[in-house]
Amino acid sequence: MTDNPSPLKFHVPEPEVRPGGTPDFSNVPIPKAGSVDRPPVDVDPRTIRDLAYSIIRVLNREGDAVGPWAGTLTDEEQLEGLRHMMTLRTFDARMQMAQRQGKTSFYMQHMGEEAVSCAFRKALNKGDMNFPTYRQAGLLIAGGYPMVDMMNQIYSNEKDPLKGRQLPIMYSAKEHGFFSISGNLTTQYIQAVGWAMASAIKGDTKIAVGWVGDGATAESDFHAALVFASTYRAPVVLNVVNNQWAISTFQGIARGGSGTFAARGLGFGIPALRVDGNDYLAVHAVAKWAAERARSNLGPTLVEYVTYRVGAHSTSDDPSAYRPKTESDAWPLGDPVIRLKNHLIRRGLWSDDRHKQTEAEILETVIAAQKEAESHGTLHAGGKPSTRDMFEGVYAEMPAHLRRQRQKAGV
Amino acid sequence: MPRMTMIEAIRSAMDVAMGRDDNVVVFGEDVGYFGGVFRCTQGLQQKYGRSRCFDAPISELGIVGAAVGMASYGLKPCIEIQFADYVYPAYDQIVSEAARLRYRSNGEFTCPIVIRMPTGGGIFGGQTHSQSPEALFTHVSGLKVVVPSNPLDAKGLLIASIEDPDPVIFLEPKRLYNGPFDGHHDRPVTAWSKHDLGEVPEGHYTVPLGKAEIRRPGSAVTVLAYGTMVYVAQAAAEETGIDAEVIDLRTLLPLDLETIVASVKKTRRCVVVHEATLTSGFGAELVSLVQENCFYHLEAPVARVAGWDTPYPHAQEWDYFPGPKRVGEALIETMEA
Ligand SMILES: Cc1ncc(C[n+]2csc(CCOP(=O)(O)OP(=O)(O)O)c2C)c(N)n1
Ligand SMILES: [Mg+2]
Repeated sequence: MTDNPSPLKFHVPEPEVRPGGTPDFSNVPIPKAGSVDRPPVDVDPRTIRDLAYSIIRVLNREGDAVGPWAGTLTDEEQLEGLRHMMTLRTFDARMQMAQRQGKTSFYMQHMGEEAVSCAFRKALNKGDMNFPTYRQAGLLIAGGYPMVDMMNQIYSNEKDPLKGRQLPIMYSAKEHGFFSISGNLTTQYIQAVGWAMASAIKGDTKIAVGWVGDGATAESDFHAALVFASTYRAPVVLNVVNNQWAISTFQGIARGGSGTFAARGLGFGIPALRVDGNDYLAVHAVAKWAAERARSNLGPTLVEYVTYRVGAHSTSDDPSAYRPKTESDAWPLGDPVIRLKNHLIRRGLWSDDRHKQTEAEILETVIAAQKEAESHGTLHAGGKPSTRDMFEGVYAEMPAHLRRQRQKAGV
Repeated sequence: MPRMTMIEAIRSAMDVAMGRDDNVVVFGEDVGYFGGVFRCTQGLQQKYGRSRCFDAPISELGIVGAAVGMASYGLKPCIEIQFADYVYPAYDQIVSEAARLRYRSNGEFTCPIVIRMPTGGGIFGGQTHSQSPEALFTHVSGLKVVVPSNPLDAKGLLIASIEDPDPVIFLEPKRLYNGPFDGHHDRPVTAWSKHDLGEVPEGHYTVPLGKAEIRRPGSAVTVLAYGTMVYVAQAAAEETGIDAEVIDLRTLLPLDLETIVASVKKTRRCVVVHEATLTSGFGAELVSLVQENCFYHLEAPVARVAGWDTPYPHAQEWDYFPGPKRVGEALIETMEA
């Protein structure tokens, strides 16, 4: 017993800087590119605990690809990767603008995070399944899903593959390894593990990938996923995209006293890696490593992508109310498109002119897709999904009470 | 008297309650520094400090479970679930814990918490920003359920809820935050600043839980409504020319049965409306109570108008929403029956 206990204090973490302050990331340790070891995939997880606290990086400041994680992609693949990221960025810009013009109700962009989903997609095989959040459209772009169909969904028009039922960008694309997005955070994470368990139960070769944001790791579904993945050694890659913000809440609120989000895996005996999320080459190398582990019956890997949400959370959000406007400029890991572009230029595979020309080409392609999608309607004009569609698909077979309601609605 | 939107009135209620009682704490996702995605808690952290108003990790289970623990210590948490659609991870903490703590501990531990959440559709929010889950809570013994329909009530009811000794589910119809929306989505909504019920006293007052209010006196048919549907029902009465008596229930549990029964015995007809899905909705309970208490006075079957039994769609939002046209049709049918 203590005689004179001092009063307890309530602790609430706060970001270093708020609007009006000067952004400062000097407390974020950024290891040199190439400085982190690349262990064999069958490594004993207990021996690589330090990887949960470091950052795997390939592209250095000069634009060279260095270290043991370099070299997983051919020149053509790297050029293609740049194109995918540029396409996603242009797609976002156009859809963001379409929302502002009232052509749809809502949009969420990827600005600054393009490398994560675009590069990861290239480590997957046909048949693998992603369980994404709303900020991984790069999986679709880099997987060749038609942009027009994405736009049809965003516009909730007559060609919307989801018949106007879902909020814009909550895509579903089974053939493209893209599970139906839920608006309820983190539900997909444990589902990814279940899908992977099923693949193992059936003796198949397919793997699953779970995706979650830094903020949403706080949901119980995240912890359930780690337990199940660990217990059943599920063939799954568990991704955490740490873009520093969850709407207005900085990542420290979800992370708490844990040094990193990757470190969450350690207590479960799951190998955990941190990677520079703005480095296309590093993301691909780590994705390949984790996917190979899953495919080799070595079980789950937890990967934290360190990146930054440059844009607003969504079209309903204004970040200037909670973080300095210039914070994204101070972000020490740079811009993923510029970093890959500079690397390719340095290697003589690319040039500023070709970049500009490609930008223009991409814009033209996106605008053409947009024209086509808009010819099938936008949220408030032109072709619409029918009211009948609203009653379909609740059940495999429509029960009598719903049929009566549909009749009452006169459709 | 100051004019307030429903958001400002809700904020003012928390401000008043926090000012009067140090035990009142406010937390939830984005509610601290930022003041909530609907800005209902704006300025409270600045005024009362981070120990009284703070951001929570994105865990609804955590938010409610922590509130139950705090309440058992003696605090009075008033917590925010960002959208009612996100309350389900917390359902066990609400149903098995908050609701039953008093009963199972024989009053040794109690749970005076308020769980605020924006509810209802009409903002093109799709299936995860539009739901009305009130019936999932009225079905649980030990919970009170409140649905205000205007700034004046919202403030008084919220203060009463915070001061209540038991857990209260406080559902805020988000389509009413800025004005009395009547279901005519293609017309501008009057701002609360131009509406009588937007006049809200600055300081402390309560609107007691369990008291309904007659919004439109009438003699032909009683309409039982709450939240957004109060205005939809009034619009339907004006548009059909049927002299409906529109009752705003305000509190679903405890329910003001007296006001309901007196009105139905007078009008001899009744229509029940809610935005939530029809089957097993709160309307079923209302219809049941009306027939138990007024059967020999009724001249027509009691009608229900509600959301269709589908998830809330995005594009077909206004085909889904039980607007004035559908309510009007039910009024006409009930009069002609
Ligand atoms: C269960 C649930 N709770 C709350 C929300 C509201 N919400 C939507 S996105 C979001 C922030 C998520 O942040 P993070 O996980 O970091 O992902 P990011 O948006 O940064 O990609 C919140 C709180 C929700 N959609 N679902
Ligand atoms: Mg985030």
